[in-house]
Amino acid sequence: MLAITALAVIRMRSLFAVVILFGIYSLLTAVLFVVLDAVDVAFTEAAVGAGISIVLMLGTLLIAGRRADADTHTPLLPLFIVVITGAVLVWGTFDMPHFADPQDPAHQHVAPRYIYDSLAEIGIPNMVTSVLASYRGFDTFGELIVVFTALVGVMALLGIPERRQSRRQVSEKTGPEFSGPILTIGASWMIPFIVLFALYVQFHGDFGPGGGFQAGVIFCSAFVLYALIFGIELTYKTVRPKLLILTSASGVLLYAGTGFVSIILDGNFLDYNVLSNTPKAGQHLGIFLVELGVGITVASVLILIFFSIVQSRKRRYQMQPDNHLDSQVRE
Amino acid sequence: MIDSIVGLYNYWIAIFLMMAGFYTVIASDNLVKKIVGLNIFQTSVFILYISLGKVEGGSPPIVSANIDVYSNPLPHVLILTAIVVGVATTALGLSLIIRIKKAYGSVEESDIIEADQQMLEPTQDEKQ
Repeated sequence: MLAITALAVIRMRSLFAVVILFGIYSLLTAVLFVVLDAVDVAFTEAAVGAGISIVLMLGTLLIAGRRADADTHTPLLPLFIVVITGAVLVWGTFDMPHFADPQDPAHQHVAPRYIYDSLAEIGIPNMVTSVLASYRGFDTFGELIVVFTALVGVMALLGIPERRQSRRQVSEKTGPEFSGPILTIGASWMIPFIVLFALYVQFHGDFGPGGGFQAGVIFCSAFVLYALIFGIELTYKTVRPKLLILTSASGVLLYAGTGFVSIILDGNFLDYNVLSNTPKAGQHLGIFLVELGVGITVASVLILIFFSIVQSRKRRYQMQPDNHLDSQVRE
Repeated sequence: MIDSIVGLYNYWIAIFLMMAGFYTVIASDNLVKKIVGLNIFQTSVFILYISLGKVEGGSPPIVSANIDVYSNPLPHVLILTAIVVGVATTALGLSLIIRIKKAYGSVEESDIIEADQQMLEPTQDEKQ
């Protein structure tokens, strides 16, 4: 199934169809992850791949045009390279451990400690959360900073999203007139539940599948749905971009701050044992704060990226070469 | 023989998808399609990692009373964060495409190269 969808993506020239097919592909991947026991990952892939990245790509298509031209050069050379590379990789797999083999080296090193000792050391049932936020808290901090940096990059390229100052410019097509009664009523029933579900995923991540990354993504999808149904201007009224810029930074600060507090309390950076009277209570508190920071940052970064891409459609950018040409023409 | 086909099938799927993504990146002219290709490439790596984490007879890595065998939680953590980082970097790529479209009026690679050459030629004449 995945292979067929991937092939269809290569062959199609209608970019709209390519993007929608990519959404189907992501949803199939998420199903595969559930089968392979990775429930947390499936969660994220379903919300990111089939939800947000599709909306971002469609937003780009609005600007970049829907159809791709036929490829000019012959496909033989790339095909040759791809087949050779693939054959070498397949040759390499003959030394790999077989699928789902319990003796696989990947399961021998640190994994047994995570699996058998994490309940005693961290005190929460979901191993993925305890590895993510506590054992490998440094990694997650790095990833969060990468997400934040991507936001800085997008805003540097496309400009900071702003609410338009004069109210008159706001087009009349906002609110219920924008998309008909069925969508409006349907969405206004769904959005509160999506937000509620995001909060549940955020705060229940210790016990079941969930956590800051998933919750942030789901939270963002609620706002994207709101913007798609009710128009972007109303969404700006609900969440101000300036506020989001503040929250996206404060999530990173909350994460780093938790680390520094544990240094002040005589522990190592991100060592939660010292945060409270007993190590387990400290771990609980630390993981809670860190996941909250992750959730806040991921949600506000993704909403801001969405805003930037939507706004870039109307925005005009000063181009150096164009100005140069214009002045030459005037002379 | 059949044993190794069944045992290595997960790697082959990942390799096939990776090559499909790779082909899209190097063969297609359209920048948006290249980004989709990169995403397919990325997903294939996700599938490779997650399939490495699966253990025969294992269950999802959430502790419960009467389960002894769990799948490996480590690849799940790595991929979970990688997906979110992936969408952030994809957004960065898409915003580059938007700026390219605004500057060149096209997102086809051949058009962009042509426009670049046209821009360069007059300046060379001026030098001469």
